[in-house]
Amino acid sequence: MSIKRRDFIIGAGGAVAATSVLGMPYIARAADKLKAAWILVGPSGDMGYSYQHDLGRLAVQKELGDRVETHKVESVPEGADCERVLTQLANQGYGLIFTTSFGYMDQTIKVAKNFPKVKFEHATGYKRSANVATYNIRFYEGRTVQGTLAGHLSKSGIVGYVGSIPIPEVIMGIDAFTLAFRKIRPDGKVKVIYVNGWFDPGKEADAAKALIDQGADIICQHTDSPAPVQTAEARGAWAFGQSSDMAKFGPTHCVTSNVDNWAPYYVERTKMVLDGSWKSTDTWGGLAAGMLSMPTFNSHVPAAAAADGMKAYNDVKSGARHPFDGPVVDKSGATKVAAGANMPDGQIAGLNWYVQGVEGDLRS
Amino acid sequence: MPRLRLEPRAQTSRLATYLSPVLAVVLTLIGAAVLFAILGRDPIRAYQAFFIDPISTFYGAGELGVKSAPLILCAIGLAIGFRANVWNIGAEGQFVLGGICGSYVALFYEPTLGPATLPVMFIAGALGGLAWAAIPALLKTQFNANEILTSLMLTYVAQLLLNYLVRGPWRNPQGYNFPQSKIFDGYAVIEPWISGTRIGLGTFLALIAAAGGWFLLSRSFLGYQIKVIGLTPAAAAYAGFSAKRVTWFCLLLSGGLAGIAGINEVAGPIGQLLPVISPGYGFTAIIVAFLGRLHPVGIVLAGLLIALSYLGGEAAQISLDLPVAVVGVFQGMLLFFLLACELLVRYRVQIGQAIAESAA
Repeated sequence: MSIKRRDFIIGAGGAVAATSVLGMPYIARAADKLKAAWILVGPSGDMGYSYQHDLGRLAVQKELGDRVETHKVESVPEGADCERVLTQLANQGYGLIFTTSFGYMDQTIKVAKNFPKVKFEHATGYKRSANVATYNIRFYEGRTVQGTLAGHLSKSGIVGYVGSIPIPEVIMGIDAFTLAFRKIRPDGKVKVIYVNGWFDPGKEADAAKALIDQGADIICQHTDSPAPVQTAEARGAWAFGQSSDMAKFGPTHCVTSNVDNWAPYYVERTKMVLDGSWKSTDTWGGLAAGMLSMPTFNSHVPAAAAADGMKAYNDVKSGARHPFDGPVVDKSGATKVAAGANMPDGQIAGLNWYVQGVEGDLRS
Repeated sequence: MPRLRLEPRAQTSRLATYLSPVLAVVLTLIGAAVLFAILGRDPIRAYQAFFIDPISTFYGAGELGVKSAPLILCAIGLAIGFRANVWNIGAEGQFVLGGICGSYVALFYEPTLGPATLPVMFIAGALGGLAWAAIPALLKTQFNANEILTSLMLTYVAQLLLNYLVRGPWRNPQGYNFPQSKIFDGYAVIEPWISGTRIGLGTFLALIAAAGGWFLLSRSFLGYQIKVIGLTPAAAAYAGFSAKRVTWFCLLLSGGLAGIAGINEVAGPIGQLLPVISPGYGFTAIIVAFLGRLHPVGIVLAGLLIALSYLGGEAAQISLDLPVAVVGVFQGMLLFFLLACELLVRYRVQIGQAIAESAA
């Protein structure tokens, strides 16, 4: 019996020693370095949405150097797996976690409740709590510029729009684009194909092909891969890149791109965690804030179109022009925003109807 | 110079049957070590990050149970069918239908049913998966339509049906038009059984299914029929076993189990209906079934291993900065070696000239 007892004590001592060996580095590191993680919905090499988030992460690492340790977890499915990844990160002493896709919303809120000391940042969602902040880009501001350019460039008056999924963030882009497009081309039509996903180069390319076959000579996209731009380039249609500068995928036909700049926001928020001033906030920045930018227009764009596009860009950026300036009329003909008024942010954030000129219907 | 030759075995080797998956795992680990080394990571450290770190905590160990449960549930049903040459490839669609039917109960009858909600949800989920698998069963037995094609294609129909429901009639009215149902509440939620983890009913059901599958295959007359039909259809027909009946049974059983896995996933780890409720569990379960040599005990072990490879992939990204594609390569290698090692079950490796050949 005594031998067994001694074995047990040695065993227990060993276990304690083992835990402290495993536990110590985390505690020691947590004290001097902030560990920050980014959860990406696609591969960081998608050259679009997730790629831009990862550039933001690298900017944080570069700017804050040895005060932070940053990691990414890519291609995390929205749903049950996200909760585990978040919990594992929080358990490992991460102090700041960015969840960069809408579908992570409820999991972020849920896990944040269990780890009140960890700061969470959720992109493109609408639920916040004491330790969950939200942030997003006013992508739709760039759509006004794109719509204006398309109005000048389109010969057929038909625009093909490759959509991801019909959520407000996507619909507000389609509506803002169509409003600007029809200011130049009152008879213009916008055809939308949803690919039911964010990153699926094959489906995105197929959708672009189908739209061009239906007469579209402009391809717009709200998906993450450069496939629609490549398709448009090959078929001689104009295209607008999404999330990153996609000019290299459409040297002669990529007009410009909506480029997401998450870096300044990421650096600022990480600094706030480091100096203790972090609070749960809701950030929605666009051209003026520098969160959205548009590279120089393609040199093949005619000068008159480029000049008008540039004017739209400057006006939206300065606030002289609102992308949803009244009158805004929906498909049924009902006036949603009166002449002289602008659509309030709350209404934009929940947009679930099309303006006139968009083909097809949304279930409401 | 000695030559390596493959000689067919008169009888499949029992030892090789059990050793070949082990050998496949060992070869995969060696391949993974090479891969890690090429990517500039210390293989030992990478093994630790991949296989030990993710389950070194109580929560992590529980996640292994959570992640493997749907794989095991689907794979048990599939394996029983595969034994009888019934090739249900559509567990993914049956999983989705199970999630849909169970959610219908959760979303619309939770207040009425009260404490009975969860059992009714599981019955509805099982029936949903079963009904979806009944279509290929009917087409196979009545029209001799290939169940591989019909079950696979019905998967896409199921996913589109789910898409329609979450974007349309079942969308959360307070959800800003986002494609999600409302979050399940009250009696419609599976609470974890062990606090600090997410482990619960699903893991338990997976083990019950494995035990039931073992009993069916090893101890029942039906199981005997299944095996005979799979090995020698002619002999089975001569013995008067009904291939149609077994086809129906295998498809309904695997569909029902996949349906249970589906509703368990929705009511447990996810907690609401989303446009995508499975990251491919129904398809991965096919790998799990074969990795487990179509045997219930093997399937439990295989389910745990594949689940661990997912958890390890996440952990390796976090601690080693390895890309997620490494997980896919790892699983691909495992499948490759598994199929390659299968050869050893039916053939033996001989060195030198065949005796029979030289005698002739």
